[in-house]
Amino acid sequence: MSQTATDVKNTPGEPHDARSFGQRWGVIITLVLVCAIWTVPTLGLLISSFREEADVDASGWWTVFTRPFDFTQWTLDSYERVLSGGMGDAFINSIVVAVPATVIPVMIAAFAAYAFTFMRFWGRNLLFIFVVGLLVVPLQVAFVPLLQIYVDFELNGTFLAVWLAHTGFGMPLAIYILRNYMGSLPKEIIESAEIDGASHFQTFWRLILPMSVPALAAFAIFQFLWVWNDLLVALIFLASNPANTVVTIELQKLLGEFGSEWHLLTAAAFVTMTVPLIVFFSLQRFFVRGLTAGSVKG
Amino acid sequence: MIDILNAVIAILLGVGGVTLLYFALNAVVERLPRRWEARLKPFVFIGPAVLVVGLFLVYPAVQTVVYSFANDDSTSWVGLDNYTALFSDPGFRSALLNNVLWIVIVPTLSVVIGLLVAVLADKLSRGENVAKSVIFLPMAISFVGAATIWGFIYDANLRGGEQIGLLNALVVGLGFDPVVWLQQSQWALNDLLLMVIMVWLQAGFAMVLLSAAIKNVPDETVEAARIDGATEMKIFFQIVVPQIWASVLVVFTTILILVMKIFDIVYVMTNGAFDTEVVANTFFKQLFEFGNNGRAAAVVVILMIAVIPLMVYQVRRYRLEEAGR
Repeated sequence: MSQTATDVKNTPGEPHDARSFGQRWGVIITLVLVCAIWTVPTLGLLISSFREEADVDASGWWTVFTRPFDFTQWTLDSYERVLSGGMGDAFINSIVVAVPATVIPVMIAAFAAYAFTFMRFWGRNLLFIFVVGLLVVPLQVAFVPLLQIYVDFELNGTFLAVWLAHTGFGMPLAIYILRNYMGSLPKEIIESAEIDGASHFQTFWRLILPMSVPALAAFAIFQFLWVWNDLLVALIFLASNPANTVVTIELQKLLGEFGSEWHLLTAAAFVTMTVPLIVFFSLQRFFVRGLTAGSVKG
Repeated sequence: MIDILNAVIAILLGVGGVTLLYFALNAVVERLPRRWEARLKPFVFIGPAVLVVGLFLVYPAVQTVVYSFANDDSTSWVGLDNYTALFSDPGFRSALLNNVLWIVIVPTLSVVIGLLVAVLADKLSRGENVAKSVIFLPMAISFVGAATIWGFIYDANLRGGEQIGLLNALVVGLGFDPVVWLQQSQWALNDLLLMVIMVWLQAGFAMVLLSAAIKNVPDETVEAARIDGATEMKIFFQIVVPQIWASVLVVFTTILILVMKIFDIVYVMTNGAFDTEVVANTFFKQLFEFGNNGRAAAVVVILMIAVIPLMVYQVRRYRLEEAGR
């Protein structure tokens, strides 16, 4: 589409000719500028995390470009210190928190979305509209009462507590995305499965779940990153138990304790970013779909 | 090693438990007489979801409203005291005002920048995807991570020696004194610098949705205007923008909903000091610093009331979409 637009612009004899050359450069320069503003902050973080403590404090990270191949200036010291100082354990804990907090809501929501799409029951439409309304409810509404329940049942600070909380908070969005997707699947397939005598349970596992993989993946990626990057829920339900700390809490603590020790902070921040960045670069298509579908989440 | 083993066990238990639950429920229902099976089957599928939503969203929401009329440890009723206390507290009023600034400025800037990149990248013959990836990448980064990244940019060194924060290095390079950016509350400068972080994170989302909308604008409408001799500016504002307006609104409200509850960035960067307080951070402080359940609940109820118009909008939009199917 952009091809045809530029073709027309560059046709000889068009009155736009002279100006479109300038315009084209204007476009490129503006984009390069915006892209630079978007990259430089992360680049500065990455570079600083590999510099010696003394260097980070003494000169700006951009000075490395005067001698980029002087390998004596690069070091992994900050990473070693950060990882052995709690970030390493927090990293494992983050995985323990994020994987079930992704899989459990996907599974529960898939069953519910199936029922909303292919089964008839009393109150179906009303219930779904209720789910749509819940999409925008701020999850702060849940914290005070949930905290009390967790304290009463001695669940506060456990992984189970955060899994369940994230499952609840992610549920409306998961149901919404998956129902919309299942609603677009051809109805005939279900009908023919029914005629063949398949039960709903079989149809769900053998037909609908495999066919819904794009939507399942999109939501799963959104939810995984959401949980991985979450600070608030972790602070409220997990922070009381230091053994179960996660990367975001750990980074926030470092920021509080070592506010100006940038060699440590940059390394720690980069550790928290590794998993999301791997997801970004390896699953970009699903990633974009997931984040754009999921961004209404409360 | 033991840690990793425990982690794997924890993950398997969590995931396996849920799978088993469905198989067990299904097995029970399939043993029932046919008529009952058909009647109960939908509730096997939907039951756990309803239970989870009820227990973790609906019940706590109702309970929060109740608590907002009770005292700090929810043992006696105080009527509207929590609300009157909040609204007569200048700190809370300034938090409300700041939230208004956030929900006006951040969605607007995100949409403008997202639209700019979407439009310009669309005109490139090469490199469109690279430019878009670069803008979208921050979406992967947590608020705390982004706060660290930008905290480093805003760093101020007052002990003498070189500035290692990029912004102050520029300022000093231009011959001025270094500035402690996050303490500059006149003209809400520090607020704006915090908002920059959010815009940096969210512009990519705006760009992706708006880029898709722009590519859906029929070529003929643009070509016709071009043949009539309209300038590119005119084409954009009079032909393209009206056709993508629905998407602009969706993006704007989506970011607005997110920004209303902005917490992490403020909590990590200033914790509300220097006039940067926001509502969600007040909630956190009331709950954990002051241990006041009633006050915290009242803050959330105010937030919930503010969300209601958006909820109505969301439901209405969904119904229109359904009707259009």
